[in-house]
Amino acid sequence: MNLDAINWILLLASLMVASTPILLAAIGELVVERAGVLNLGVEGMMITGAICGFAISIETQSAALGFIAAAIAGAAISMLFGLLTQYLLSNQVATGLALTLFGLGLSALLGQGYIGIKGVEVARLHVPLLSDIPVIGPILFRHDLMVYISIAIIAGVWAVLKFTRAGLILRAVGENHDAAHALGYKVVRIRLMAIAFGGACAGLGGAYLSLVRVPQWTEGMTAGAGWIALALVVFASWKPWRVLIGAYLFGGLTVLQLNLQAAGLKVPVEYLSMLPYLITILVLVIMSSGRGRAALNAPAELGRSFHASS
Amino acid sequence: MTDLLSVQGLTKAYPGVVANDDVSFSIAPGEIHALLGENGAGKSTLVKMIYGLVKPDSGKMELFGKPFAPPEPRSARAAGVAMVFQHFSLFEALTVAENVGLGMENPPPLGQLSREIREVSHAYGLPLDPRRLVGELSAGERQRVEIVRCLLQDPKLLIMDEPTSVLTPQEVEILFATLNTLKAEGTSILYISHKLEEIRALCDGATILRRGKVVASCDPRENSAAELAELMVGEALQVPDRAPGETGKVVLAVAGLTSEHVDTFGTKLQNIGFEVRAGEVLGIGGVAGNGQDELLSALSGETIGSPETVRFRGKPVGHLPPNARRRLGMLSAPEERLGHAAAPDMSLVENAILSGWQRKKLTQGGGFLRWGAARSFAEEIIAAFDVRTPGPHVAARALSGGNLQKFVIGREMLQRPDLLIVNQPTWGVDASAAAAIRQALLDLASAGAAVVVISQDLDELMEVSDRFAALNAGHLSAPKAARGLSMEQIGLMLGGAHDMDVANTDEAHHIIETYEEGHP
Repeated sequence: MNLDAINWILLLASLMVASTPILLAAIGELVVERAGVLNLGVEGMMITGAICGFAISIETQSAALGFIAAAIAGAAISMLFGLLTQYLLSNQVATGLALTLFGLGLSALLGQGYIGIKGVEVARLHVPLLSDIPVIGPILFRHDLMVYISIAIIAGVWAVLKFTRAGLILRAVGENHDAAHALGYKVVRIRLMAIAFGGACAGLGGAYLSLVRVPQWTEGMTAGAGWIALALVVFASWKPWRVLIGAYLFGGLTVLQLNLQAAGLKVPVEYLSMLPYLITILVLVIMSSGRGRAALNAPAELGRSFHASS
Repeated sequence: MTDLLSVQGLTKAYPGVVANDDVSFSIAPGEIHALLGENGAGKSTLVKMIYGLVKPDSGKMELFGKPFAPPEPRSARAAGVAMVFQHFSLFEALTVAENVGLGMENPPPLGQLSREIREVSHAYGLPLDPRRLVGELSAGERQRVEIVRCLLQDPKLLIMDEPTSVLTPQEVEILFATLNTLKAEGTSILYISHKLEEIRALCDGATILRRGKVVASCDPRENSAAELAELMVGEALQVPDRAPGETGKVVLAVAGLTSEHVDTFGTKLQNIGFEVRAGEVLGIGGVAGNGQDELLSALSGETIGSPETVRFRGKPVGHLPPNARRRLGMLSAPEERLGHAAAPDMSLVENAILSGWQRKKLTQGGGFLRWGAARSFAEEIIAAFDVRTPGPHVAARALSGGNLQKFVIGREMLQRPDLLIVNQPTWGVDASAAAAIRQALLDLASAGAAVVVISQDLDELMEVSDRFAALNAGHLSAPKAARGLSMEQIGLMLGGAHDMDVANTDEAHHIIETYEEGHP
């Protein structure tokens, strides 16, 4: 193995790009889960966003329209989940799994005509002055706009959850839906909005894969990114900024793994692919030892159906 | 003087049951009006209509002489109606201030809200720290959060749904003082309860509901508790009695019982010790969340510990799981009927097997079920305890709370236990069924079994117990003979007023001293 073959600046620079898809999907899922809904369909929503974003960007030759279409597509398919779980009270775990399978199938169908086509160019920003700083410049300030938008979304979610009444109500719904209902809050409506937001973010994350990271369409190209995003939310113990840290950590592992392979590391690639999940399990064990659910910070009503009985 | 609220001909029907049938009554400004009735009499439905959570099928309401039909709680709140819920509508993982803010229409910024909470809560003798998490508060403090949330909105009508069921007698007194202050300020209070003495002490008028209908309106001060009870239940109640019997050997001896693991917001048992003899009923009182569930689970075998902590007839059983304890004759019935004492979607026969398969020999050979025997066991329970059900094949979920409770208690009793531990045996059960269950507990003790009754209902405990002990924050007081204990003494055993403002008065020092004497 030859570690000198790895360009560390390039590695760190690609870290942000590699992390953005799971970052977007995870922050969306975080909002969904803080509202008390467990949507395991992240993978399905991501891949739907990936193909819709890719197809629209090819047809319109505009990456921006592609991203918008991906967000709409992700939100739309998440509403299927919302309808089933919030109105028809189906089991959230089963419905989420079904959504993943459905999304994978649907995207394969939609993507028939787009295999092997090269995607549109997504412009990279060169932040004036900052991007010229040696080392830090290429790592932090020479990415496309979506990278910075994703960080802005994290900051926005954090601020909304912490400082606004809307965020408080969202947390309240996830904490005790019966009490929220008794106080007159529209539990189902609030949860649907959260699910739609989660879908839109997952769609954006998927589109980032097909438009920037790869950039072309292949079937099943999310390859488990949705599951990593789900693990990431738990890893982050439902806190926005920890999602950022976790995403860069997981993204970093992915990039490192690719580089190590290229450098000829003699460890099977499967071990490296396992790492994000192993770390999540480890973090869960550490966090839940002794201090209980409060330390984990999990929303109390996570995954429970709400039906107004009065 | 116009009425503050008048309700005329309110009717609400659910599939299969008319919850409210042509209900009319009115409340004057500054009046404390009682809504009296048994569980299922329709009190909750009625107040939910006033609070805008449920829409009436017909009938009308007027507030200050103007038509009042709130489509949602928000408009009821805007009109000056506030409500303190029976099962608290609080969020455990949020702070007091956030909880209060959620119940307000236009809450001020958090800092200012916290200041207001401090001011209002101290002005009414209900001190609260706005920064604390609600999950860490005692039941009495949680209720204060709800009350303060209502007070901050300057209500004209305050609805209180069974407010004292979770309070110690001292906390009840403080609450009543607060309510009287509010009344003096001109706020009307609609007070829902089935505790007659409270209503006679506090309320100016009473409307009595039975099966959804108004059966009487009266001044509770001019009627005796027995008269009110008869109006409420519709028949004269039998007070359980028992033949005085001799107590025998020690059946259950608990010593040094301390819980090792508890859930978040659970209570740790602290070095609990007591004995129960054959033929004796030990009553364990305490406000909810002081370790009742943990104690039952330690005695039933759901949590196991070191062998010596629990001894049954001298034999160490602290390490044995529930089935092994059942085989020996230690039976128990937990508080939560659906999901803990009974599997909701399984039939009564199946539920009978789940608990009684060993002692009633409902299995044979390699674990095959004896359905015939199981069915007759279930039928025996149904007959002996007057369980109202179409038959033993119905799902446990389909029974009303009181009927299922009779079934669950009966199932354990008919297995001829040497020791029976029950938690909240008559919770949510109507008065006549409750009397029947208490009588059965007494009969069981008379027949020579040892009985431990864990309950929050002090009247019930005084009725059935030979000796009484109190659980407070995981500590158990030394048991005292129940006969002759005053409510005052019981209240002190229960921990008095949990961290209330009176903590700084002489009386409180007296309380603390007395309390500490009980815990050498």
